Amino acid sequence: MTNPFYFKTRLHLVKLLTIKAKNPAELLYGIRVVPVSSIYYHTHRFLRQHHYLSPEPPNDFAFWLTNILYLRELGERFAGVDTVSYKKMEELRSAFIRILEDYLKRKESNAECADAYKFHFMSCITFVLPTPYVANNPSEFVEILDKVSIDSLYFHIFEARMRLERDENDFSAWLKSMGRIKTARAISNIDPYTITLEGLRRKIISIVSADAAD
Amino acid sequence: MLRIDDYIPIVGQGVIDELRFLAERLKGRKIQNINSTAVGGGVAEILTRMIPLLRQIGVDAYWDVIKGNDRFFAITKKFHNALHGVDVEILSDEYDYFLEVNRHNAAEMRQWGDVVFVHDPQPIALVENKQNIGNKWAWRCHIDFTRPQSDIINFLNNYIERYDSAVFSAPAFSRDLAIPQLLICPSIDPLSDKNKGLAMDEINDVLETYGIDQDRPIVTQISRFDYLKDPIGVINVYQRVKRYVDCQLVLAGGGATDDPEGMQVLDEVKAAVASDPDIHVLFLPPASDVAINALQRASTVVLQKSLKEGFGLTVAEALWKGKPVIASAVGGIPLQIAHMYSGILTYSLEGTAYYLKQLLQEPEYACKLGTNGQEHIRNNFLITRHIRDYLLLFLSMYYEGDVIDS
Repeated sequence: MTNPFYFKTRLHLVKLLTIKAKNPAELLYGIRVVPVSSIYYHTHRFLRQHHYLSPEPPNDFAFWLTNILYLRELGERFAGVDTVSYKKMEELRSAFIRILEDYLKRKESNAECADAYKFHFMSCITFVLPTPYVANNPSEFVEILDKVSIDSLYFHIFEARMRLERDENDFSAWLKSMGRIKTARAISNIDPYTITLEGLRRKIISIVSADAAD
Repeated sequence: MLRIDDYIPIVGQGVIDELRFLAERLKGRKIQNINSTAVGGGVAEILTRMIPLLRQIGVDAYWDVIKGNDRFFAITKKFHNALHGVDVEILSDEYDYFLEVNRHNAAEMRQWGDVVFVHDPQPIALVENKQNIGNKWAWRCHIDFTRPQSDIINFLNNYIERYDSAVFSAPAFSRDLAIPQLLICPSIDPLSDKNKGLAMDEINDVLETYGIDQDRPIVTQISRFDYLKDPIGVINVYQRVKRYVDCQLVLAGGGATDDPEGMQVLDEVKAAVASDPDIHVLFLPPASDVAINALQRASTVVLQKSLKEGFGLTVAEALWKGKPVIASAVGGIPLQIAHMYSGILTYSLEGTAYYLKQLLQEPEYACKLGTNGQEHIRNNFLITRHIRDYLLLFLSMYYEGDVIDS
């Protein structure tokens, strides 16, 4: 019985939420009240927009705290949140809230930015689109993964797990369904947040190629 | 004529395929763009290029221009200034006349689209007809909305909130509104005269015409002669750096000769230059796009030291040419540059001078910034992304929710 993998892709339209922050307390308020799609947007935007950079800039919150408010330690704590270890975006939101509450309890600084540099909360509408590519086995998978758009790779690795809250990335789920548990686990074990998307593509191709050659 | 497939070598086949896929989803729907001028200005420029491309991928897009007389446009000019925060008084009969012209245009409209996409404030009151004709309505604001006069924004809010969606160019321009607001940044066209690839000969010809030395570093700012672009500050930056690095400065831009302030700024710039032969002040005539392109391509570092900026697309133009850019963190510029990754954002004259010195002395780092910047523009600020966002906007009006699985 065949168990094809249908490659999909995704596109985003950015929504402006008109919630702004000029200091850590306002950032905390915003993180508490925005829809979860906003937390997703601000923790994943850089990955797609700057996918050619190595290392990628961290999430938007960390970038703003570090480069606008000059709160380097707080920024580093935000950058250091291990996004890959969270299964639900609400858990990730809670992690950010804990860091800010802890920081504000200690009242370490009165940092505040001018109006022009406020943090603007945004979110996105995600459009999931089909592609013409279908893989029936690991060899075809490798061949296709080499040529699909970076958005498709992004969709199956990040979007599926963190935005659509599936248990794991789509590639691992498919490989697992075919009994290729070791290969599935090897892909799940990659931290995709600390590698460029092209680097990630090469790494997955190398793992699945080894499996296909067996 | 521009062909959509001409963009494939620049953005890849996949991006154009995506546009065709989205266009397919809009089949059978008429997309009507409405603005107030067919020529001149950024909106007309982008629609002129975009409408034929939309039609090539199968979107039934068309463009109508409202008609108005001198009085109407004098009133909308006052609106424009008031939206930029200038203290102008708009009289009640001027508001009345503005509405009268909008209503007259609505009555004359030959055909309403399934999506009516209205650009800027001039035709904004056409939305009064939404209830009668139904359809989806989106309002696109192309201007800086950060500090508008309260009277004008209160007046416009009556109309903006009747639309289904509002679209802004930068997060800071968004308003407290009861309708969804979307971010769609402007774009540059990589195939326009201002951005297309040039042969070395063409670039050298321009440098020769203006007496610019090709063998020494060239620092350039392209902007009209305006206090808000801080040309005197740029000269100051250059003078601080010149002590350490033997470079040249090019200040180039156009401007209307009947703009008294522009000519005053130009005179002040010329006075500040004094007798330094390495500062080239170029007051360019209209239709100098190829010359601007060549000057950007010949530059070692490009500056955009604006004090205030709308979106600042000259930054995207320079980054697209792979140039390291140092720019003020104002308006839409921070969207185009991630500091230290794809360019340098500065907040002061001193900071600009410090980074300029660094980039001139560290060409490898400068080159990396330029390369990253070019990729950032390729992915986020070309006309193909702009078309894609518009298609997504039109589609989004027919769906509910934040995840649309089409």
